[in-house]
Amino acid sequence: MPHIDLPKEYPGIRSLFVFRPETAVPLNALVQTLLHNPHPTLSPGERELIATYVSSLNICQYCATIHGAIAKHHLHNGDVVERVKSNPDTAPISNKLKALLKIAGKTQLSGKEVRESDVEAARKEGATDIEIHDTVLIAAAFCMFNRYVDGLATWAPDDPEVYDRMGKQRAEEGYLTPPFKIQPQHKN
Amino acid sequence: MPYIPLDVNLPGITGILNYRPETALPIRQLTHILLRGDSSLTQGERELIATIVSYGNECKFCTAAHTAAADLLLGEKETADVVKRDLLNAPVSAKMKALLIIARAVQVSGKNVSSEMTSTAKSEGATDLEIHDTVLIAALFSLYNRLVDGLASVTPTDSAFYERLANILVDKGYLPSENRYAGLKA
Repeated sequence: MPHIDLPKEYPGIRSLFVFRPETAVPLNALVQTLLHNPHPTLSPGERELIATYVSSLNICQYCATIHGAIAKHHLHNGDVVERVKSNPDTAPISNKLKALLKIAGKTQLSGKEVRESDVEAARKEGATDIEIHDTVLIAAAFCMFNRYVDGLATWAPDDPEVYDRMGKQRAEEGYLTPPFKIQPQHKN
Repeated sequence: MPYIPLDVNLPGITGILNYRPETALPIRQLTHILLRGDSSLTQGERELIATIVSYGNECKFCTAAHTAAADLLLGEKETADVVKRDLLNAPVSAKMKALLIIARAVQVSGKNVSSEMTSTAKSEGATDLEIHDTVLIAALFSLYNRLVDGLASVTPTDSAFYERLANILVDKGYLPSENRYAGLKA
């Protein structure tokens, strides 16, 4: 049960965007820029993998599943998403992305856990200043989103098809189009 | 030394937001709505939420800046100090105490917010909107604290710096503006 009275036809963060549309605007503008819009070097799929990884470290079921679905639609590959969630070091991704995911994982614990050696390791694999900035910001932002979604106890659907549909929408349309209603599924 | 090249005249969060304005703008807009927009919580009370989260995350820059902002808005330095050190005995309303307990839980994890905490807040008069905003402010500062320390930005050690920054935060809020940081240099 959510801690506040939220519209039941929208899962996860979508219910919060409907509850408080004023804060939804900059929250969606942030992910639109950070995850969806063109980037000098990181594809949307790579950026969504960072978001998915951090959300799974924060054990946020809704966020990890939806961003995994969005990543899958960008990359046309669901297996890589599962491999990143279980162990980025052995996932079929570039060494640079592995090094960036290490930085993201450290940021998830605390900003202070990110060491010079982590940044140097990423630079050795070709990471740029913008990539380092964006990795830390994506990780920090998902530490915000995960706390927002779980802190208000929003509901997370169990049906993978729902996430797949939402994931396809966001991968294709970005984050600025309205959410669609879904049939509430309540077990609690 | 910061991990990316930042303007040396803009320590802490200021240089980081300056580095990538396209991502900084929505963060600033969100912050301005939450901390300075219309609310049934006072601006000072909302700065206390930012302060307690930053303190819990041991982010010196953010803690100092938002303590200074809270002090300025509240007109005294005792409340922010006790909120950090001894929340249960802090000189705030019962409702605010319940909301700060929620914020402190969010700092650790969203899942640490229990229904007992939110029931208590409601029984002390907290509205759904106040609970929502408390959680979102706490979540937002979980972002800021990681950004400030994750890029190893510079944390000034003189308290006068944070008083100058607090004056900007109180007078101008959080949106970008020309010469926003003109008053930051000593």
